[in-house]
Amino acid sequence: MTPLEAFRDEVGATGPVCVRGGGTRWSVGRDPAADGAGPVREVRAPVGVEAFEPAEMTVRVGAGTPLVDLAAALAEHGQEVALDGPPGATVGGALMVGRSPLRRGRLGEATDALLQADCVGADGVAFTAGGPTVKNVTGYDLCRLLVGSLGTLALVGRVILRTHPIPEASAWLAGPVEPSAVSPLVHRPATVLWDGERTAVLVEGHAADVDDQMRRLSDLGMVPVDPPVLPPHRHRVEGGLSGAGVLEVGAGVVHRDEPATAPAVPNGVAALAARVRDSFDPERRLNPACDPHRVPV
Amino acid sequence: MALGLYSRDGSVTRGGRAGVVCFPETTDEVAACVRIAVAHGRAFVPRGAGTGLAGGAVPCDDPVVVATTRMDRIHEVDVERRFAWVGPGVVNLDLTRHLTGTGLHFAPDPSSQQSCTIGGNVANNSGGPHCLQDGVTSAHVLAVEVVLPDGEVVVLGDEEGRAVGYDLRGAFVGGEGTLGIATRICVRLCEDPPEVATLLLGFARVEDAAATVSAVIADGIVPAALEIMDQRVVEAVEPFVHAGYPTDAAAVLIVELDGLPAGVAAEVERITAIGHDHGAGTVRVAADEDERARIWKGRKSAFGAIAVIKPDYYLNDTVIPRTRLAEVLAKVYEVVDERDLIVMNVFHAGDGNLHPLIVYDAREPGVMERVLEAGEEIVRISVEAGGVLSGEHGIGLEKKRFMHLQFTDADLVAQDRLRRAFDLHGLANPAKVLPTGASCGHVTSLGRPPEGMWV
Ligand SMILES: Cc1cc2nc3c(=O)[nH]c(=O)nc-3n(C[C@H](O)[C@H](O)[C@H](O)COP(=O)(O)OP(=O)(O)OC[C@H]3O[C@@H](n4cnc5c(N)ncnc54)[C@H](O)[C@@H]3O)c2cc1C
Ligand SMILES: Cc1cc2nc3c(=O)[nH]c(=O)nc-3n(C[C@H](O)[C@H](O)[C@H](O)COP(=O)(O)OP(=O)(O)OC[C@H]3O[C@@H](n4cnc5c(N)ncnc54)[C@H](O)[C@@H]3O)c2cc1C
Repeated sequence: MTPLEAFRDEVGATGPVCVRGGGTRWSVGRDPAADGAGPVREVRAPVGVEAFEPAEMTVRVGAGTPLVDLAAALAEHGQEVALDGPPGATVGGALMVGRSPLRRGRLGEATDALLQADCVGADGVAFTAGGPTVKNVTGYDLCRLLVGSLGTLALVGRVILRTHPIPEASAWLAGPVEPSAVSPLVHRPATVLWDGERTAVLVEGHAADVDDQMRRLSDLGMVPVDPPVLPPHRHRVEGGLSGAGVLEVGAGVVHRDEPATAPAVPNGVAALAARVRDSFDPERRLNPACDPHRVPV
Repeated sequence: MALGLYSRDGSVTRGGRAGVVCFPETTDEVAACVRIAVAHGRAFVPRGAGTGLAGGAVPCDDPVVVATTRMDRIHEVDVERRFAWVGPGVVNLDLTRHLTGTGLHFAPDPSSQQSCTIGGNVANNSGGPHCLQDGVTSAHVLAVEVVLPDGEVVVLGDEEGRAVGYDLRGAFVGGEGTLGIATRICVRLCEDPPEVATLLLGFARVEDAAATVSAVIADGIVPAALEIMDQRVVEAVEPFVHAGYPTDAAAVLIVELDGLPAGVAAEVERITAIGHDHGAGTVRVAADEDERARIWKGRKSAFGAIAVIKPDYYLNDTVIPRTRLAEVLAKVYEVVDERDLIVMNVFHAGDGNLHPLIVYDAREPGVMERVLEAGEEIVRISVEAGGVLSGEHGIGLEKKRFMHLQFTDADLVAQDRLRRAFDLHGLANPAKVLPTGASCGHVTSLGRPPEGMWV
């Protein structure tokens, strides 16, 4: 029996069940009140980098693989993926939470990383979403639906991810300037942060280009700094930044010290989302305590 | 009203029949069309410019055709936040033109960009030569207002691309008109690159051009575009555009690099070296904007130019692993030669997206069968090589019957779950995409391409 088949059998066809990854974001989207609703069986997804094809820029990996292990394997060939997380975080966990990496200006969104997912549905049947190639419009895009779904539509055993070359050089700079003053001086920065007083920017790429951008930014009064530590909670931003926090410029996210709550979605969208969940999991057995609508951003 | 015009699209699918064709101008009018169709138990088929190549817009059994071409307003461009709200009927190239001077652009640039609509791009999740680095349409749609198949209007996604809950926007894109009708689209705009370099490499063997592509990617370079044209295409195109393509080469490779100057210069050097290592006879870097424009004009008018060779064409679209380009391409030529047909290859090599274009004369007895057979064989070879059925044209009617080559029953059931959540009544473009869907009575999958279709 392959690890994937064992995973399918473990998930089975009855009873509430979810996947436990590293447990680093266990509370995301979870309804604390639902904890009392009865036990949910926790299973683990297969672990290991199965096939890394640097020349193809794709990697097939068990969803239970720690991100650090994947990163180490990819780094041997100078590549990386658009997933990031604290120590212990797994590939599957990062995808199911679906947050985009801080360096999204370079790596794109988390959702762009997932090419194919080998899943187990609520009926206990294994199925594959997406395809192995970097370009694919065959059938419906279930991969995008799965990213950020918190394992409520299917449980993920194995994935194929798109990889990126690790940039030759990178530098963080910060200074008391507005983001609008920075943007004409840089091209596609990996990220731009603004706390209301200072802008921090991460420039990446060819060494000479990074040096050149650093020179221009230092003329503006910015200096090299360590990667900033962000406040722990992610809030949505509509428009600009108000109150204390750190804005990811252009990403629609503000990092703040206080926890965030998710806004209600319009009725029509909520009804459609409920139909999607019912269609994939009519008995609500997949991670029943979680709902992506509880995730603010 | 010429209903016949709305009975087909850019594919070779024939025999479609439009019952009624509606030209709504507002979201409310689209919703009314859908409600009326559904109330009468009639299927509806969304339609853009009709340039689709998989039969997605071909009406099966007298449905209500809802053409969104008159919803062609660019509602809003937010240069600072880098998005634009557009009507689904806006022609792709018109948006590009509208953005000139803002320093921003909409990345997906299908070769049909002079005619195809953004609504069609969204429904087919279309690509284009410049989607290698930045991704196809799905990566450039932040939000979409949709009339769902029950007439309800929803906005999926948001201007920040950070909507709460499931990524229903992501699920809708590529739905080929089976998940509802897009009535307003919020597209992401990309920054124009400060520096662009366009290279033209000539090779004595197609395999060498293909191997160069694999080697470039393996070297960790992801160019803005990486396109191959074989000799037949070059010979057909060069007399029209005078791009200076080497007509004695078996294949030319167009490489475009963009970004900051030092990175671009370094990559030009590396690609030149990789090209020479793989037997490139000529490597030319476009000296100015005019030369660059001509190189691209040739690429984008390739389909038009083939008309001089044979009156009919059948264009396939599959993806294979980019490490296997040379090998699979050789097989494609073999398959076509064996059937005494002519193939021209002009394709998005950088992401392994093959576009074998079989040209023929439909008046020749028995030729259709051979064309069809070759097409099927190419699909089979691609899937066997670890590839997929379609990279950008979609499944529509054309490739439904191949879905089992790539997917198990369980895979298709999962896809159908998504479809049924959107389309409760099964009336949204029902005969398309999934082999389990409704059949399409009168339609044959091969016929003569429409006149005046050349783009
Ligand atoms: C400093 C920091 C930076 C971060 N940066 C990024 C980033 O750049 N990109 C990014 O994507 N995320 C980022 N995150 C988020 C984070 O990486 C992940 O969301 C997280 O760590 C989840 O991994 P886990 O294995 O611990 O998941 P868990 O906490 O174990 O699980 C989270 C949820 O997902 C479900 N789940 C887990 N695995 C599966 C599976 N295989 N199938 C189905 N459901 C499953 C669980 O049931 C649970 O509901 C960041 C977090 C931090 C703290
Ligand atoms: C010469 C030529 C070159 C081409 N080059 C490329 C290329 O480089 N890359 C590429 O990806 N494609 C290419 N195509 C294919 C085609 O142009 C694209 O698929 C295009 O996006 C279709 O747009 P359209 O407006 O013509 O849509 P149509 O053909 O009218 O419709 C296509 C599909 O979209 C649906 N649809 C249309 N409008 C809506 C709407 N508002 N809401 C919901 N569904 C809708 C239809 O139901 C149908 O399923 C090419 C075609 C030709 C003829």
